[in-house]
Amino acid sequence: MIVAEQKSFDEISKMVESFDKVLILGCNECVTVCLAGGEKEVGVLATSLRLLRKQGDRPITTLEETVTRQCEWEYLDQIEKLAEEADCIISMACGVGVQYVAERFPDKWVIPALDTKCAGGSVKHGQWEERCGMCGECILHKTGGICPVARCSKRILNGPCGGSQNGKCEVKDVDCIWDQIYKRMMALGRMDQLLEIEPEKNWSKARDGGPRKLVREDVMIG
Amino acid sequence: MNEFQPKIVAFCCYFCAYSAADLAGSMRLQYPPTVRMIEQPCSGRIDIQLILQAFEDGADGVYVAGCLEGDCHFLKGNFRAKLRVGQAKKVLDDVGIGGERVEMYNLSGSMGPRFAEVAHEMHERIKNLGPSPLNKTAASAPLPAAAGSE
Amino acid sequence: MSENKSRLQTLFEQGEFVVTGEIGPPKGATGSGIREHAKHLKNCVDATNLTDNQTAIVRLSSIAAGLHVIQAGVEPIVQMTCRDRNRIAIQSDLLGAYSLGIKNLLCLSGDHQSFGNHPTAANVFDVDSIQLIRIVKRMKDEKVFACGEEIKSDEPRFFIGAVANPFADPFEVRVYRMEKKINAGAQFFQTQIIFDLERFDRWMELVRERGLHERAYIMAGVMPVKSAKVAAYMQKSVSGMIVPDEMVDRLKKAEDQKAEAVEICVEQIKQIMKIKGVKGVHIMAVGWEEIVPSIVEKVGLLPRPQIPGAALAAV
Repeated sequence: MIVAEQKSFDEISKMVESFDKVLILGCNECVTVCLAGGEKEVGVLATSLRLLRKQGDRPITTLEETVTRQCEWEYLDQIEKLAEEADCIISMACGVGVQYVAERFPDKWVIPALDTKCAGGSVKHGQWEERCGMCGECILHKTGGICPVARCSKRILNGPCGGSQNGKCEVKDVDCIWDQIYKRMMALGRMDQLLEIEPEKNWSKARDGGPRKLVREDVMIG
Repeated sequence: MNEFQPKIVAFCCYFCAYSAADLAGSMRLQYPPTVRMIEQPCSGRIDIQLILQAFEDGADGVYVAGCLEGDCHFLKGNFRAKLRVGQAKKVLDDVGIGGERVEMYNLSGSMGPRFAEVAHEMHERIKNLGPSPLNKTAASAPLPAAAGSE
Repeated sequence: MSENKSRLQTLFEQGEFVVTGEIGPPKGATGSGIREHAKHLKNCVDATNLTDNQTAIVRLSSIAAGLHVIQAGVEPIVQMTCRDRNRIAIQSDLLGAYSLGIKNLLCLSGDHQSFGNHPTAANVFDVDSIQLIRIVKRMKDEKVFACGEEIKSDEPRFFIGAVANPFADPFEVRVYRMEKKINAGAQFFQTQIIFDLERFDRWMELVRERGLHERAYIMAGVMPVKSAKVAAYMQKSVSGMIVPDEMVDRLKKAEDQKAEAVEICVEQIKQIMKIKGVKGVHIMAVGWEEIVPSIVEKVGLLPRPQIPGAALAAV
């Protein structure tokens, strides 16, 4: 899933300073699961904004809605009326959702309430970790199912570097993923595979090649 | 001049604090009338939104009273409540109402005197803090009977 | 001169026990300090490393520093990390460096930028150190750029170095990775600073088991530690390094800690020289360059061998 984290309340409240009626829009997908922008967080943010603004001379009206997915037009079509009512929309989705909302409602000012962090998962309650670097060309079959592109601080493909010590990366609070790759490959009896030099990666398939776009004519309708 | 009488909402777990309140009553223990109790099936029912809503609806202070740690009827409800009270403190600080207006207490059903003591403690604390910033201007609106509980 | 080899490579091939030093370029736009340090090292080391923005702190470029060192009469080993440049910039810099008469190159990953003075910078890591080694080797042997395009003339022909850390974990993996670097094209190695000789000895055993000491020249890294305070700091705070307690104690008890530091370093080098497969020593005395001549002398490695007819390219 996409992992995101709410911006500080201070930052969000400053962004909506000049608005009197806002639509706070949650998303029922990834950001609900990572407790950043689901129905519950929409409620808390709405109440928080009201509590803050009630103390001044400019109270705020909040409209609350959470859609199935912000990254799909059909779900945004459903909130058209609600959007019309509001001066601005606070999107509590990932960066994709925010942009879909902005594109779907071109005359509305759209504010992001979250910082989108990574493609990852929850390893335990309250802890999420990056797992995929979205490099556009998966190499997990070469590294025992553990991704160095996303999980090595230097995205080294022939690791570990000299900074690895006791299974820890030289970067604070990071596990050395190459340590884990080696241990797993050893356990699976595939050390020989690691002795092969992984050549320079084709980063053009990653973001470095420019924004990526997928076209599949075989599934296009009309 | 009228002395400030705070409005305090106490979310009380049915298995402990609510019974403790009963006991306090049968023991004829006095505690401040500023505390309004709302019975909960478990302190784990509390979430941050419920606490915020109490403030929005006019409370000057809120506390959650759950079972002693390790004694929750639903095993972990009181631990969850504790975390959520912590979250609420942060939000209340963020919005300028003040995290010290909300607190978590743990007690058992047999602790009638402790229940009264907690009520006094919270009453004094909120009295010293003064009215919630939301209640400072207008005369406080009446508190709905069961704020937030559906 | 045969094939325009570096002094470093020539000495290795002649079977000499090689001595190298290290200079950290300054955080300012002047070469005077570098030349001053180089003067201290001249005639007592065979070449000197020039670090590349070490610990991710902005410093004068290692290539420019290499040129200053050449002008001071010392042969440079230019360090090149993968942190700050993509393969385009790396190859471009390599062409430039070689055109200035720099012949030795040390390829590293580079410390993560979070350690340095620009922790909010983007890092590059387009290629890793092993891929970098391979690129440099292919430029030399296959006369091609990384993309496969032919280098029509004047390909850079670096003597390719790499680093090895006998103290990082897991132990066995370090030897595997060293072998991978050799397979990629590394011709010589400088190790991380060695204080724990026993562990280094065990590591060299593994190296010899795989015959790696016959496929590349291995230099052991040493460092004269000025005081017990510095030693204690390194013990605690520098990752990838093992500083034994005995060394800290010995410095602490010494009346003249600096003299003791030299003594310890000399002893270490003498022991290292006895380990089979070690072909040289890399003395890292950054900030204390003036002590290097006396260490080299006490070990008995002076005078340094001269190569007839070899003169550094004066630019």
